[in-house]
Amino acid sequence: MSALLEVRDLTVDFAGRPAPRAVDGVALSVAARERLAIVGESGSGKSQLLLACTGLLAANGSARGPVRFEGREILGNARSAAAARGRGIGFVFQDASGSLTPHRRIGDQLVEVAMASAGTGRRAAVDAAVEMLGRVRLAEPASLMARYPHELSGGMRQRVAIALMARPRILFADDPTTALDVTVQADILALLAQLCEDLGMALLIVTHDLGIVAALADRVAVMYAGRVVEVGMAAALLSRPRHPYTAGLLAAVPRLGGRGELATIPGAPPAPGEWFRGCRFAPRCPHRAEHCGVDDPVLAGPAARGVACHFPHTGSDTA
Amino acid sequence: MATIAFVLRRLLGAIPTLALVVALSFLLTRLAPGGPFDEEQVLPPEIRANLEAAYGLDQPVHVQFGRYVGGLLRGDFGPSFKFRDFTVGELIADGLPVSLALGAAAVVVALALGIPAGIVAALARGHAADRAMMTIAIAGISIPVFVVAPLLVLVFGIWLGWLPVAGWVPGRPTDLVLPVVALALSPAAFIARLTRGSLLEVLRAPWIRAARARGLPERVVILRHALPAALLPVVSYAGPAAASVLAGSLVVETLFGLPGMGRHLVQGALNRDYTLVMGMVIVYAALMIALNLLADLACAALDPRTRRERPR
Amino acid sequence: MTGSLWSEVRAALARDRLAITCGAILAVLALAAIAGPSLLDYREDEIDWSHMAAPPFEAAGHWLGTDRLGRDLLVRTLYGLRVSLAIALAATFVSLVIGVAWGAFAGYWRGRTDALMMRFVDVLYALPQVFFVIILTVVFGRGPLTILAAIGAFGWLTMARIVRGQALALRERDFIEAAVVGGAGTARIIARHIVPNLLGPVIVYATLSLPQAILLESFLNFLGIGVQELLASLSNLIADGAAEMETAPWMLAVPATCLMLVVFCINFLGDSLRDALDPRER
Repeated sequence: MSALLEVRDLTVDFAGRPAPRAVDGVALSVAARERLAIVGESGSGKSQLLLACTGLLAANGSARGPVRFEGREILGNARSAAAARGRGIGFVFQDASGSLTPHRRIGDQLVEVAMASAGTGRRAAVDAAVEMLGRVRLAEPASLMARYPHELSGGMRQRVAIALMARPRILFADDPTTALDVTVQADILALLAQLCEDLGMALLIVTHDLGIVAALADRVAVMYAGRVVEVGMAAALLSRPRHPYTAGLLAAVPRLGGRGELATIPGAPPAPGEWFRGCRFAPRCPHRAEHCGVDDPVLAGPAARGVACHFPHTGSDTA
Repeated sequence: MATIAFVLRRLLGAIPTLALVVALSFLLTRLAPGGPFDEEQVLPPEIRANLEAAYGLDQPVHVQFGRYVGGLLRGDFGPSFKFRDFTVGELIADGLPVSLALGAAAVVVALALGIPAGIVAALARGHAADRAMMTIAIAGISIPVFVVAPLLVLVFGIWLGWLPVAGWVPGRPTDLVLPVVALALSPAAFIARLTRGSLLEVLRAPWIRAARARGLPERVVILRHALPAALLPVVSYAGPAAASVLAGSLVVETLFGLPGMGRHLVQGALNRDYTLVMGMVIVYAALMIALNLLADLACAALDPRTRRERPR
Repeated sequence: MTGSLWSEVRAALARDRLAITCGAILAVLALAAIAGPSLLDYREDEIDWSHMAAPPFEAAGHWLGTDRLGRDLLVRTLYGLRVSLAIALAATFVSLVIGVAWGAFAGYWRGRTDALMMRFVDVLYALPQVFFVIILTVVFGRGPLTILAAIGAFGWLTMARIVRGQALALRERDFIEAAVVGGAGTARIIARHIVPNLLGPVIVYATLSLPQAILLESFLNFLGIGVQELLASLSNLIADGAAEMETAPWMLAVPATCLMLVVFCINFLGDSLRDALDPRER
């Protein structure tokens, strides 16, 4: 079974001198109905990765590298990317309020999407719109459709934003819950999980919250400084991380009943474009050795479990 | 409904401004050193006193003001001091239709030229078309009406002979073409720049990216999502645009010999005809206020958020 | 902070060749306006009986021709430019002073005083500027001082708004609080701390309002409601030239081109300045 989404050696650069590179040769794949989480700190390039795959980069960014959706190359030109977006790729942004056009009614925006994706007439589109609202568990669709975005609460807006996607086969979610209240976060996550089940969607979710990863993901990819440094099945990776960075991330998660200071990873990630020789994590790595400053490690290992490190952990659980 | 309440509120808000215009104009003209009869041939004191009494100029200021406002409310602007046979009201009515037609046409033309130009420039950002259009726009703003008008007359009226040079024959629409175009160019240039800047700004908004992310065709994104938001500042500009057009109409009417109000106003200004100048200023101000009101309503129609009750 | 602002602006402007060209043209014109009339052969009201209505380059010494009365057009144009520029600069200066003062105090005092002061601005803003200027000239006569006051009376409004916005933002900054707590007087704080940090937008707006002043003054002049004929400014020349347009087009072309060139260049420079100071416009 070929992958639903296949990315090979994707590179994203931005305008400037020197051109800052946000994503540096990333490869990943998502199978149908699979849920892949991408984890990393701010600046790791994870958001840009999502935007690049869907052709939504800002005007001063440029993406290179094959991105195949359902076997078809979509980064070739703007139109193929737009077509793909309409026919199978859904996108949920971090800022829900920012996703809805402020001067148009909710109903109009939903109907518009329904008409564009299915090519139906207005009547059928209105019915589809009601159905879309129902799918995201929003009550009273009729009155909701007459409202404007500024009349809804944050959580409701995010649900509408999710509803606005017309039956995607894969959902790209860029940190969809950080801007929300904690109680609402759980709801939205549950909703996303349910939708994946109901619609048979694959999910590509970017987050820095390992809790979400544990709850939702089948597979995880860890990004650092524009590269994937470790990838594997969620359960295995979270319990037995092989890359020092992953281990550091896991150790930094606060635990109930734990005492003492929170473990942190000292230092900060390099700024995009400030690459240097050798492993990019080396300056912060507690296990760095001579070799790490010389050679850049590549993602290696069995297909389901890759790690980019010269001295990957092979031991048991983290302390 | 909320809309009617909104309209009423705006109307009520406009009244104080109009009242202020009336008061201020009155005050200023009464402050003038000397009176309207100073520049006549030297009059014997008794005759002058009679004249002043006839026009009510011997009363205290506040009484005069009261009488004037009373007259206004009845539609009576008082007599013209210089055109003895006419009242100001008659002169205004005589010129208003032409001035209105001229002004309205100019605003429409300005919008029809400026908005598309701005859109094209924004969509072609960075390319030659954009820079060219914006340079032309700056030129448009820099060339004053009283230069454009003679130039247009020279080119289209004299050299090419396509359009009439001056004059006004009712029912001959070509008479209005040159004046309207001359009047519309500067506002059109400003509107073009405004539209371009506004559209570029809107296109950077996150909800535009979200609309694209939903797979909507680019045409829909621009027309239904970006444009209404981008046009908001342009519509708000209607106020200053009206002022510019009305001011320019003075020049245009003078140059082309159009029988509008502007001609009378200029004459009145040169003759120090107070009631005439005052009356005209009030009418022009009322026109501007009306246009501002329309612009406000259009803004509310474009962006529902402005319709809410909000402390200003 | 102002130091780095200037170097940034200079750098940005230096890259824009059109802006440099405009600046150069303006400098040349300004110099010509100031020094030109004294360097040329003819005086602006001197009538050359033998060369009436002569086209450019034909008559000796009359580089740009003469007008209907035989007066040298180049000198008159330069002199007119001088008058127009002087009035515009003076009026803009008046607007600047009033506007900055008004806006700075309003933003600094905040609260009810601010609301009151800005309400006043709003009210004046709603009045039709040109028409009130006309009333003022009708009432107070047509000397240059009246024109100056009339133009300045409305020009300060937008400046006040801009300055007030900036002052409000600055007021919240720590170093202003420190100065207040330290007991510095209001005027001192405004003069030494607030105003210097406003310079960017103020300069941009002042530059952009210069052409408006020039055009307004020309407009009034053209209608005959402006400065008297003897101190002929550019628009008088343009009005005269328009009358002679068919037979002697240079009488219109010379002063009109001069006016448009000046206004265009100032507008363009002001635009470039604003773009240079606005970080988003890149």
